[in-house]
Amino acid sequence: MARRPLGQRPGADSSRRVLGLLVLAALTVITLDARTGSHSPVEPVRSAVGSVIGPVEDATATATRPFTDVGGFFKTNKSLRSDVASLAAENSRLRGQLSTEPLDRQRLAELDALTRTAADTGYSLVAARVIALGPAQSFSRTVTIDAGTSSGITKDMTVLNNDGLVGRVVEATRSTATVLLIVDTESVVGGRLSTNSEIGFLRGRGTVGGAGRLDLSLVDNAVEPSRDDTVVTWGSKDGVPYVAGIPIGTVESVVSTPRQSSRVAVIKPFVDFTALDVVGVVVPKGTHGDRTVITSTTDQATGQATGAGGSQ
Amino acid sequence: MNAARNAVLMVLVAFAVVAQAVIFRYVNIDGVVPNLALVIVVAAAIARGSQFASVLGFATGLLLDLAPPADHVAGRWALALVIVGYLAGRVRQDARNSPLTAVVLVGAMSFVSTSIYALSGVFLADGTLPVDATLRVIVISMLWDLMLAPFLVPVLLLVLDRLRPAHLAHG
Repeated sequence: MARRPLGQRPGADSSRRVLGLLVLAALTVITLDARTGSHSPVEPVRSAVGSVIGPVEDATATATRPFTDVGGFFKTNKSLRSDVASLAAENSRLRGQLSTEPLDRQRLAELDALTRTAADTGYSLVAARVIALGPAQSFSRTVTIDAGTSSGITKDMTVLNNDGLVGRVVEATRSTATVLLIVDTESVVGGRLSTNSEIGFLRGRGTVGGAGRLDLSLVDNAVEPSRDDTVVTWGSKDGVPYVAGIPIGTVESVVSTPRQSSRVAVIKPFVDFTALDVVGVVVPKGTHGDRTVITSTTDQATGQATGAGGSQ
Repeated sequence: MNAARNAVLMVLVAFAVVAQAVIFRYVNIDGVVPNLALVIVVAAAIARGSQFASVLGFATGLLLDLAPPADHVAGRWALALVIVGYLAGRVRQDARNSPLTAVVLVGAMSFVSTSIYALSGVFLADGTLPVDATLRVIVISMLWDLMLAPFLVPVLLLVLDRLRPAHLAHG
């Protein structure tokens, strides 16, 4: 069919008017949010949307977990058990156990290691699971975790897993929280080289996966970071937003930029950001919420954890 | 009745936004997942034209901007998807008659939307990557959308036709 000239098309004018209005509306929202920073009028709307969408994401993650886990296949098998001979069913169940065992064991190991992390670092942790990953198309590296203010999690808390530093909480609703990963370009972390205690700042490059790296610029330009040296957080006042002593990554290479006469070390993070699952959020001691707080000192669980650590 | 139709559409959009962050993260390629919300907006443009699609694009974009774990300046996806809705609606007659054109349209709009989004980030100094990394994300995203479009677009067109108010039913 031949296209009619634009001016004569019915509705073309009103369509363009709508386009103009909507573009203006979008630009207004952008201006409001960008200009006013943390006191943005968009912020209440964002947290309202978050408290609706967050639980939906949580429910979706829970609903899809059996399918994404290996065990899902065997769970369907189980539901058909009444139709097949008992021996075959028994066989299937055992096979199911066998195949999900490594997965469960791995999850248990992650939680176990998290408990050990709490014991090692002396911080109290709330365990949470990653339920959503921000699409890379948005060019910001964020994830949603399934614990929020009801578990004592608030803005600017450190998030780690058993490999090392993951990021910090930037937004918390009642049941979920948004975590800004350290590989995001907006993220700046104070780091310390473990061999000579030199301090510097780590900035994310915005890429995750195998090529996900951070750039470390040291405060003292005369210091040459050595390869494979470990970088840990040096922490800030009251542990906000990062607590001290959490491993971040190792020095992969050192790049000199003649123009700025400074050295930048390329850091390979310990954490695999595309496969995040169980994470721990560092909470103040004595936090009470709807989740167990993993601590290293005072309570019962701790004694067991240290006991287990001691027996190894 | 009309309100119910809009409600169904919004539920569909909300599900797309949640699904791309929750379910598709298991198959992400360096963090890039299919942009399901964009596919819905393009399908809406093919089924119902520019005006409808740009309004839907605005609503969808705002949801993408505000739903966790989004942390960028709000309104950036809204701007990108309004423009995409309008542009896709302009070529709807061709895309309506040929499934291949519809798929190509989704790919082209994926490129346009992610590019507009990235450019808005440059202007606002909000989360920008080097040019090569940005292009990589744009291209992977486009390939994802091209791959899913042949499956999603026919279904979405069917759903959108069913949701069409009776007085517009002539096409």
